[in-house]
Amino acid sequence: MLWFIGRRLLQMIPVFFGATFLIYFMVFALPGDPILALFGEKTPSPAVVEQLRAQYHLDQPFIVQYLLYLKSLVTFDLGNSFSGRPIADVMAKAFPVTLRLATLAVLFEAVAGITVGLISGLRKGKFFDSSALVVSLLLISIPTFVIGFVLQYVFAVQLGWTKATVGPQAGWSELVLPAIVLASVSFAYIIRLTRTSISENMGADYVRTASSKGLTRGRVVRVHVLRNSLIPVVTFIGADFGALMVGAIVTEGIFNIPGVGGTVFQAIKQGQGPTVVSFVAVFVIIFMVANLLVDLLYAVLDPRIRYAN
Amino acid sequence: MSIDTQANVGTASAATADQRKPMLEVRDLQVGFTTQDKGIVPAVRGVNFTLNAGETLAIVGESGSGKSTTAHAIINLLPGTGKITGGSVFFDGEEISAMNARQIEDVRGRLIGFVPQDPMSNLNPVWNIGFQVEETLRANGLADSKTDARQKAIKVLQEAGLSDAASRLKQYPHQFSGGMRQRVLIGIGLSSQPKLLIADEPTSALDVTVQKVILDHLAMLTRETGTSVLFITHDLGLAAERAEKLVVMYQGKIVESGRSKDILADPVHPYTRRLVAAAPSLASKRMQIQKVEDADATELTDALDVTMIERAEQREERAKSGRGYITVSDVSKTYTIRRGGFKADLFTAVDKVSFQIDKGTTMGIVGESGSGKSTLAKLMLKLEPLSGGAISVDGKDIDSIKGAKELLAFRRKVQPVFQDPYGTLDPMYNIANTIAEPLNTHKIGTSKQRRARVRELLDQVLMPQSTMNRYPGELSGGQRQRIAIARALALKPEILVLDEAVSALDVLVQGQVLNLLTELQQELGLTYMFITHDLAVVRLVADRVCVMQKGRIVETATTDEVFDNPKELYTQELLSAIPGAGFEFGR
Amino acid sequence: MPTDTVSPPGRGGRSPDHYVAPIEDTPLQAVDSVKVDAKVSSLWADAWRAMRARPLFWFSSVMILFIAFVGIFPQLFTNELPNDNCLLANSNGGPTAGHPMGFTKQGCDVFARVIYGAQASLTVGVVATVVVVLIGVVLGAVAGFYGGFSDGLISRATDIFFAIPFVLGAIVLLSVFQGPSNAIIVALILSLFGWPQTARITRGAVLEARGADYVTASIALGVTRFKVLLKHVLPNAIAPVIVVATVSLGIFIVAEATLSYLGVGLPPSVMSWGNDIAQAQVSIRTAPMTLFYPAAALSLTVLSFLMLGDVVRDALDPKERAR
Repeated sequence: MLWFIGRRLLQMIPVFFGATFLIYFMVFALPGDPILALFGEKTPSPAVVEQLRAQYHLDQPFIVQYLLYLKSLVTFDLGNSFSGRPIADVMAKAFPVTLRLATLAVLFEAVAGITVGLISGLRKGKFFDSSALVVSLLLISIPTFVIGFVLQYVFAVQLGWTKATVGPQAGWSELVLPAIVLASVSFAYIIRLTRTSISENMGADYVRTASSKGLTRGRVVRVHVLRNSLIPVVTFIGADFGALMVGAIVTEGIFNIPGVGGTVFQAIKQGQGPTVVSFVAVFVIIFMVANLLVDLLYAVLDPRIRYAN
Repeated sequence: MSIDTQANVGTASAATADQRKPMLEVRDLQVGFTTQDKGIVPAVRGVNFTLNAGETLAIVGESGSGKSTTAHAIINLLPGTGKITGGSVFFDGEEISAMNARQIEDVRGRLIGFVPQDPMSNLNPVWNIGFQVEETLRANGLADSKTDARQKAIKVLQEAGLSDAASRLKQYPHQFSGGMRQRVLIGIGLSSQPKLLIADEPTSALDVTVQKVILDHLAMLTRETGTSVLFITHDLGLAAERAEKLVVMYQGKIVESGRSKDILADPVHPYTRRLVAAAPSLASKRMQIQKVEDADATELTDALDVTMIERAEQREERAKSGRGYITVSDVSKTYTIRRGGFKADLFTAVDKVSFQIDKGTTMGIVGESGSGKSTLAKLMLKLEPLSGGAISVDGKDIDSIKGAKELLAFRRKVQPVFQDPYGTLDPMYNIANTIAEPLNTHKIGTSKQRRARVRELLDQVLMPQSTMNRYPGELSGGQRQRIAIARALALKPEILVLDEAVSALDVLVQGQVLNLLTELQQELGLTYMFITHDLAVVRLVADRVCVMQKGRIVETATTDEVFDNPKELYTQELLSAIPGAGFEFGR
Repeated sequence: MPTDTVSPPGRGGRSPDHYVAPIEDTPLQAVDSVKVDAKVSSLWADAWRAMRARPLFWFSSVMILFIAFVGIFPQLFTNELPNDNCLLANSNGGPTAGHPMGFTKQGCDVFARVIYGAQASLTVGVVATVVVVLIGVVLGAVAGFYGGFSDGLISRATDIFFAIPFVLGAIVLLSVFQGPSNAIIVALILSLFGWPQTARITRGAVLEARGADYVTASIALGVTRFKVLLKHVLPNAIAPVIVVATVSLGIFIVAEATLSYLGVGLPPSVMSWGNDIAQAQVSIRTAPMTLFYPAAALSLTVLSFLMLGDVVRDALDPKERAR
């Protein structure tokens, strides 16, 4: 197990350097003036340009630029946003909000997704299963922002059950609807994954053997089918962090949530390139850490991996 | 088994008292599988048999005969869309086929134990062994606390033959060998001291020596407790040796049943006769009888054996001209196995192996899993480089073959046939293209000539020419092996390396393919390197035998010497482990 | 036929519990006879047969063909031009004769915009999928088949690109992208971050196929390694790639819409469903239908690809086939 963790950490090193380098390369090494490019159509003031040149060390050789950039990333020295506030501060304020939103979303997609998937898998081909499949396909094929608009319109505007936009405090109750929107696509994937996994495991030899031992059907499903089927589902939820962050940009934008995603959304809309790039770099690092944790979780859940050499 | 001494004494004495009391009665059992396009396809079509208390009954049949389906139907654990469509099953006087789900759950495990076929897939990989035994005990009310369950689980496993059970309770299935897992499954099946044990091919996936030890142990345990055993197997020799009663199934029906001795001595139904004639383990027995008592043996021996013996003699004649056609001297093969950390171990798969094969003869290479026999095949085929020693074919060292042209010439000379009939043919290629591939690769003939050669080859392996346009998916295992042989023969090779080429086939089909191989050898003067785990098969086809164990050759001799007068202990073990070896043909 | 006739002459006296079934119950069949009358069935023929039987297959493929046709020949479906004749007087107007879906905020005909929007979405989906499959299959096959150093190198590169969620990567690259953007460029940028999944799937499938006996048999026949890869390994490894490609075509279309909605995808001048949805959101309370129609068109397209992917997977999945 220790060796497994060590090896995974070791494997992450080139990925970490590679991915951050890739982002840096895309922004700063492609032809054209990177500073101007970061602002798109707008023209920044000379003072801002000067400040950015200094921040990104554009007078240094490329590889030095990258290393200094890397240093600023890991020390969270991310420069200033448009309004002059340090990006690190903006992030510190926005993160708790997004964390609340993500927690609610993961909770919803896991509980609802696994429940629906379990019932579907156990009743493959029946009415419930077919309906769940149709719903899941619909959820995947409708873009999240459309689902967001529609739910916002129906539940906040028409029915008045909740507020259409989230206040600056972004309390738990305000975040329920956005969390459902954010979780919708993953919810659909989890239904499908759980369903396939359950119905595959139902036919496994060890499940028949478990029944032959005299266990009740309930216990067979709980202990032998569900436990084994949940391994891919749990790892999916972890690995889905990437999609969740992209979703957060869209969802927080729609509901005007003062979280990390909302900040990126505003920055994109206002053409604040430096902020977007800094935030996305942090997202990528979070995503990598999440993937690492998922791998470790996998090893915890599946003894075949834990004890393999 | 003595978890509960009182109950134990009780069942044992009851068993002896009602020796003729029916424990399991299957009456006109019918099972069908619902399919989308064909409606209900029957798998078991009216099966009747009775298993008395304390008896062992074996159901014998080929794959698809309905034997396993019958076993699963008894405890209502049919897979997928399977359903009992008629008849009834009585267990200890109660109609268990009429029970509801809850009632049958109560019977399973506690009164009827089950030992499944494949030890690799029948233990849940994410729970440790201890957990899987303990939950059985608790589900059947045999343990009331956690510690109690643990104590009893250790006992169950120890009795199943895992002496270090206490220390291995926390380990997971993948940390156990196949034989050990099967012991765990047997332990689970017997943990509640059931009145009936259903054992569905419990040792088919294991090496013969392991199989023998486990079956001996199982027999001992069930004898002690007076447990009735329903034994499902494809191996007639095994069935006859292990069960006093036999039920032979064919196409979902019983064709013959009765005392094992009666049926083996006097098979009446033509299908049973076929099975008896083809069973290699019994065949070798028959040859011995033939030597002793000619008159009696003629009835037992069919034409197959006579011709095989004749052919062997002819081969012996021919071999004189080609002594040492293939010479393997001091051949070794080592692999580097990466361990955790930066350590790497050297693993010697083949260790200083030497033997010679004469031209036109068959060398049987026999060994269990891990003996290095398949590695030897790869070396012979020049698919992997040697680590040491030399192999020469027709006086030429194969290590000295350099360049594409020489290699192609070598490939034309030596061709393989592999074990797995489902992996040996590319499912995307039709039969004509499969057989023509070697001709295309070596640019032999025009496309018209190639097609003609494909037809000729299909004739040679006794396949209708109309199979040309078919795909492997439509053929049975035996037919695929024939196609693989045709492909191997396309380049008119001189040597065939047959790596477990008939091991995965049903016994009748196996007999056919073996017969085909010996005919082809006769006709084309081929030299065979016949690799197998099955000594009984070797007896039928090989002139000389190498017995391998852990990468080394432990014994090399002519087939007769090995069978009649085995020198090494390991060879003797292998011989006595052949199922049916212990069966007496007396009447 | 009475049982006695099958017992050998001169024997008899069998034990009473020795039962022999009448021969006509289970007539003996030739061992291992070849079915000569059955239909020829290759993997593809079987898959085709299985797909053909499912209404979902016909529904989704007809939908896809229809949408593709609309995308290629939009002028056949409407006489209106999507950008001209936009009258602010019609802003958010309801349906009128000749304008069945009403008007956008700018007063353009919604129906015409929905028809003309198909092209951009489809282009992004098709181009991104083709590029992703090309890169992914080549890299995955090389890594899986040759192993060793090339595998190490490709696998690390795959890990690196995989670490950047493809919409995030596209957001960064598109926000610094200078010059006019169009559907092809958006597609290429999406595929730049989308190929790792295909590469991983191909590598896995190739690894599995590489170990098959028919591969060893071909090598023992003298077929070169490259030819073995091309003729045996790849054809047997391609099925899961096809399934994933079908589904990801739909996913790329959604991604394009998301990017356009965020304002970094297609420029507003390019007609696309994503842009129309983004523009319609401001008037969702007054004219929800201007959002509904392009959203429905987009979702229906994506749904068709997802359903087709499901049908293809069921048809190609050996486990499903075995049943």
